[in-house]
Amino acid sequence: MNVDSIRDGIVIDHIAAGCGMKLYRLLGLENLEAPVAMITNVVSGKMGRKDIIKVDAAIDVDLDIIGYVDPGATVNIIRDGELKEKKRIEMPEKLVNVLFCKNPRCITSCEQELDQIFCLTDRTKKEYRCAWCETKASNI
Amino acid sequence: MARSVIDIPDLTMEELDRLMDTAEDIIAHPDDYADACRRKKLATLFFEPSTRTRLSFEAAMYELGGNVLSVTGANSSSAAKGESVADTAKTVSCYADIIAMRHPKEGAASVAARNASVPVINAGDGGHCHPTQTLADLLTIRREKGRLGNLTVGLCGDLKFGRTVHSLLNALSRYDGLKFVLISPEELKVPSYVKSDALKKKGIPYTQTEDLEQVIGDLDILYMTRVQRERFFNEEDYLRLRDSYILTPEKMKKARADLSVMHPLPRVNEISVAVDNDPRACYFKQVLNGKYMRMALILMLLGLKGGTQA
Repeated sequence: MNVDSIRDGIVIDHIAAGCGMKLYRLLGLENLEAPVAMITNVVSGKMGRKDIIKVDAAIDVDLDIIGYVDPGATVNIIRDGELKEKKRIEMPEKLVNVLFCKNPRCITSCEQELDQIFCLTDRTKKEYRCAWCETKASNI
Repeated sequence: MARSVIDIPDLTMEELDRLMDTAEDIIAHPDDYADACRRKKLATLFFEPSTRTRLSFEAAMYELGGNVLSVTGANSSSAAKGESVADTAKTVSCYADIIAMRHPKEGAASVAARNASVPVINAGDGGHCHPTQTLADLLTIRREKGRLGNLTVGLCGDLKFGRTVHSLLNALSRYDGLKFVLISPEELKVPSYVKSDALKKKGIPYTQTEDLEQVIGDLDILYMTRVQRERFFNEEDYLRLRDSYILTPEKMKKARADLSVMHPLPRVNEISVAVDNDPRACYFKQVLNGKYMRMALILMLLGLKGGTQA
């Protein structure tokens, strides 16, 4: 795979250095059969260092997950070798089945079919709480 | 989805005032409400041991002329067969007009409310919320002090796991001129997120201390709490902290003549029985006020009126 030239795929750019692997795992990219390139600690004029993920397949990625891990990241959609769209990411108000409540007293601990819903409760602190028991999400 | 009450913020300030006004009207004119809920059924689903809250709800419904369907203990219900809270809520909605539910798991009442087609009242979900206790507390303070603002409120005992404390802090923080004195051992202090949400963000003054006797003379309200065995994973910690604070007639001598002593009950030994005859002891009035507030809440959620409000 030539990481510099993707024909149809996505490039997740401007990921804070160190967050790339977390994003790779949460997006489930390890399950893809398509080529995926993870580039870490790239020198960046704006950020000092950054991570980049390139996926050589036209897949849909969960923007909420990217927004949760790093709202400063950008998603570039590549089609026919050209940049088709550049998506700005925001911190999502709600995350469904991304985080899991660790409170052993939470109803989700015994009723596993319930969605694991976390809501943004403090944007400046990047704080999410379980929608059911209000326990603060621990960092993943 | 019907209107439910899971936590105090589900109610606006206006609704809280209206509930307290209704409760006062019920106290003044109980006969006018005797048929207000005729042909209505309350289902009390209690999956965790409780005496007073269940009886309070049931007495409330009976005094409104309604009927009660009751489930007590997970072992005697379909929950023992593995039924989910969601399915239980959908099923019970077919039989009852309103549900009061207590469950040991936090968030269970929210799950029930999202799935029931009738209103759900959270009667306690683990250590999370217990809004009708807070309604009882608010009415008690208003009746005893004539106001809900401009008070110095001392909260004493288990301020970490005590859901009534967190709910009361959040509820009172909506009124003006409050000062809080948080009295607890180091291990049972109010969690920082509760302090942040209820006090710091709203600029409400508070102090923390481990010494009840030192501050009791400053208080308008002293809200005592029990150290709850069921909230501890470790028996040793429970036994060590259980007897941290015991309110006695001796300590009451240092308090103001117009102090109001409150407690969500049941107590173990944190208030000496000798304090019960002190006119400043309000905890049994609090129990009664809880029934009236539950009556008012049932009426509100069923869209019914009675008495002079009709």
